[in-house]
Amino acid sequence: MPEPFSAVKISEHVYWVGAIDWSIRDFHGYLTGRGSTYNAYLILSDPVTLVDTVKAPFREEMLSRIASVVEPGKIRQLISNHSEMDHSGSLPEMIQLLRPEKVFASVMGARTLQEHFHLDQEIIPLKDGESLNLGKLKLTFLETRMLHWPDSMVTYLHDDALLFSQDGFGMHLASSERFADEIPAEILSWEAARYFANILLLYSPLILKLLERVGKLNLPIKIIAPDHGPIYRKNLDWILQSYARWAAQKPSRQAVVVYDTMWQSTEKMARAIGEGLAAGGAGVKLLSLKSCHRSDVATEILGAGALLVGSPTLNNGLFPTVADCLTYLKGLRPQNLSGAAFGSYGWSGESVGEIEGVMKEMKINLLSEGLKVKYVPDREALERCFSLGKAVAEKIK
Amino acid sequence: MKKYECTICGYIYDPALGDKDGGIPPKTPFEKLPDDWTCPVCGAAKDMFEEVK
Ligand SMILES: Cc1cc2nc3c(=O)[nH]c(=O)nc-3n(C[C@H](O)[C@H](O)[C@H](O)COP(=O)(O)O)c2cc1C
Ligand SMILES: [Fe+2]
Ligand SMILES: [Fe+2]
Ligand SMILES: [Zn+2]
Repeated sequence: MPEPFSAVKISEHVYWVGAIDWSIRDFHGYLTGRGSTYNAYLILSDPVTLVDTVKAPFREEMLSRIASVVEPGKIRQLISNHSEMDHSGSLPEMIQLLRPEKVFASVMGARTLQEHFHLDQEIIPLKDGESLNLGKLKLTFLETRMLHWPDSMVTYLHDDALLFSQDGFGMHLASSERFADEIPAEILSWEAARYFANILLLYSPLILKLLERVGKLNLPIKIIAPDHGPIYRKNLDWILQSYARWAAQKPSRQAVVVYDTMWQSTEKMARAIGEGLAAGGAGVKLLSLKSCHRSDVATEILGAGALLVGSPTLNNGLFPTVADCLTYLKGLRPQNLSGAAFGSYGWSGESVGEIEGVMKEMKINLLSEGLKVKYVPDREALERCFSLGKAVAEKIK
Repeated sequence: MKKYECTICGYIYDPALGDKDGGIPPKTPFEKLPDDWTCPVCGAAKDMFEEVK
């Protein structure tokens, strides 16, 4: 009987044997509107080797795809590039089922896999730059610590000029197409940017170093095979250059206004500020936290020049969604942003000062004193909001 | 002055450079870093560092 799921050949020796998660919409707090894939890769070498696995509930799908090309028992070696459970979740069962001769991970990965699964299988640590022969084929491993976990590494298959790049260059995008060149460019650039902004932004300095290192190694790369989303086999420079650009975080004339509101006063302020920003020549996005998720905000600030945050005062502090969003953005450590705070209040008005406090911790360059309006803004107050927006736009030229 | 490496992420603390973003001026020996200083890359605590030999 044919297997219900098929492997997809991606290079001379490598098959994609991952799983498509069409229905996931929240990936550890990151909204994944287009689902995702967990990519595992089978190398038809001697011995047959599996690179990464899939999230635990998708193990049968992976096994079926493997069985469409080779009897799973033929797999004698496993390599784990990243111990996060979307890629390692099926590892314990695969070890039990296959009783592989060897399981490899980075030095940190050998530890963290045990800290996840408490296995009785030895995990063989691979040093940075170490190579491994698979019969006639050759693999080289590069540590990519903190991209995005301490255990992260990438694996290079010399014979196919193929880089298994783990989460790097990945995106959350479920599709039946396996290659990036089969998917509309706007979807790719949006989802790749969203992934970068939410998962990798804080490690931008390490990404710049890694790109430099890989450049110097002069490895020919014809295929980039990440652990989520489509595989790159054409126009690899597009994704490499996008990473270099996003990691550089050069500010643009784009301004992002983020706010929440109880009785629409802070919202009126946000809208007038937005008008002022546009009048001053900036690109503007208004994001109400009632309709946008923190991961949408992170996506929008990638490459922006200014972040303006508004909150009403609630019980002597920030509105909770604004605090949530600021906590998240602070963790992503965006660089080179300018900003300002605003908000409506009734009698004590702590919110604007609290926003400014977080912005200072984030090293956001405050372009103007925070704008507070008592209760409902009148025409004069809205004009001040407009002027604030316009002044910010003029300063981020 | 001795350099120290973060055993989690591989960041190297070089006393000649200090840690500008963490408010540590150049020429601060590792031993003189405040107890609550953390790795600027991964956030690991000071006791996760080992001397570079
Ligand atoms: C995107 C992401 C970022 C993380 N950042 C950190 C971190 O900065 N420091 C840390 O100690 N652990 C970090 N972790 C690891 C988690 O804290 C760890 O996986 C934990 O076991 C998750 O607990 P839970 O299963 O209750 O969610 C991170 C995990 C993810 C997915
Ligand atoms: Fe990950
Ligand atoms: Fe992942
Ligand atoms: Zn560290």
